[in-house]
Amino acid sequence: MHGNLGTEILYVMQKRTVVKILLIFTLVFTANNLFAKESEKGENDGKVDTKSEIDAYIEHHLQDSYDFTLWSDGETGAHVGFPLPVILWDNGLKVFSSSKFHHGETVAEVGGDFYKLDHGKIYKTDAAGTITYDDQHHATNVKPLDFSITKNVVTMLLVSVLMLFMFGGLAKSYKKGALPTGFGRVLEPLVIYVRDEIAIPNIGKEKHRKFMGFLLTVFFFIWILNLLGMTPLGVNVTGNIAITVCLALFTYFITQFSANKEYWKHIFWMPGVPVIMKIVLMPIEILGTLTKPFALLIRLFANITAGHVVIMSLIALIFTAQNIYVMTPISLLLTIFISVIELLVAFLQAFIFTMLSALFIGLAVQDHDHH
Amino acid sequence: MDKLINDFSFGLFFWQALILLVLLFLLRKYAWKPILDSLNNREEGIKNALESAEEAKKEMQNLQADNERILNEARAERDGMLKEARQLKENMISDAKSEAQAEADKIVAQAQATIASEKKAAIAELKSQVAGLSVEIAEKVVRKELDNKDKQLELVASMLGDVTLK
Repeated sequence: MHGNLGTEILYVMQKRTVVKILLIFTLVFTANNLFAKESEKGENDGKVDTKSEIDAYIEHHLQDSYDFTLWSDGETGAHVGFPLPVILWDNGLKVFSSSKFHHGETVAEVGGDFYKLDHGKIYKTDAAGTITYDDQHHATNVKPLDFSITKNVVTMLLVSVLMLFMFGGLAKSYKKGALPTGFGRVLEPLVIYVRDEIAIPNIGKEKHRKFMGFLLTVFFFIWILNLLGMTPLGVNVTGNIAITVCLALFTYFITQFSANKEYWKHIFWMPGVPVIMKIVLMPIEILGTLTKPFALLIRLFANITAGHVVIMSLIALIFTAQNIYVMTPISLLLTIFISVIELLVAFLQAFIFTMLSALFIGLAVQDHDHH
Repeated sequence: MDKLINDFSFGLFFWQALILLVLLFLLRKYAWKPILDSLNNREEGIKNALESAEEAKKEMQNLQADNERILNEARAERDGMLKEARQLKENMISDAKSEAQAEADKIVAQAQATIASEKKAAIAELKSQVAGLSVEIAEKVVRKELDNKDKQLELVASMLGDVTLK
């Protein structure tokens, strides 16, 4: 990954426009992170200060949650934020506010059934809220089908609305004149960048148009979510395995459904090799179609999660430090440094995901008469 | 891996798929299509404008070359015409000169011929007058001399001696 990252960074460095935009974002978000640190320090001082508590806190942050908590007061146990609707399918649709859980502290009773939060998951339980565990400390209670509008879902909806406004506005600005105005001037080069640097080189000039919608949507969706993950809102959407699985599956299905005859021929009956090799290659090639999107989903998930863990750990140095006056500046400097890198990573991961998606689609739709 | 599978939330997956599908559909229809279309149009427009500018430049050059050619041709024509006129003038002058010379020669020749004939006539007249006079004188002399026979003979003899005809 390191070698990869190096070349990826170099690649981006050449694209000056994008770098300039990144710089602007860097300034904005570094400032944001500084404020975040200040506030988190104030809120959690005295409560979250041991190693295990910090571990739990980071893990909790990485997980999805049923309410949108802006901040919590560790000492009084008060949480500031708003509850989100919980939607369960458990012998019928059950919809209730997540405030019934009281942040996991109480059992929610809905229509005669009892539910309890345990490590960020909803389990069916009894009135007393008993949760039984197996030897690996996994809860053995029944998990109802959970379609709740969680924090991540709300964030995605927000990003969707934001994207619709941003790009709808850009689209509308073309009706007034050939050149976009205002924020559209920032967005337009990005759209052109995705088209000219990602779609056309990988898919080809004739066929790229059909896939532009998907590539552009995925690129901006991931990038904005990655950037939101760096704000003090504390959302971690793209560092969630369900999200990356879903994104990768989209790429997978689009690739398979748009693939031409030759692509399938190369998978099931590789031309130009002996029959025995054809039989041996077939399962390998079929597996290959699956490993490609798997690499996509793991890469995005791992990069973003790692970034969140590193930043939060560096901030946590302040709370575990013996000498707070020495540790605070070191921690702040390190956090700013990593934040800048994470900003690059936020772009890079969106870029790489889109790039590889385009590459896979390109491989499937190309008319290759040689191998 | 175990933890990853445990962390996988089907609900989140479902919502993500739904949101992404709807977002894809909406953005495609209301954003990407108009944006990409206008970008394409604009790029085509710029390309066309550049091409037509290049075309116009070429045309301009052609036109200039044409003008130059026409100008040169006109200049050459003018030179030719001048040269021709000069030639014509010279020819005319020399023609006139030779004609005048011929005429003059003719006139001189005529004059000479006339003079010669006049001279002949004058001589003839002179001769006849002289002859008349001579006859008259002779008559008178003869009349006078014939009174005296000797004198008559003497006179005839002296006169015959004096007069020698050419």
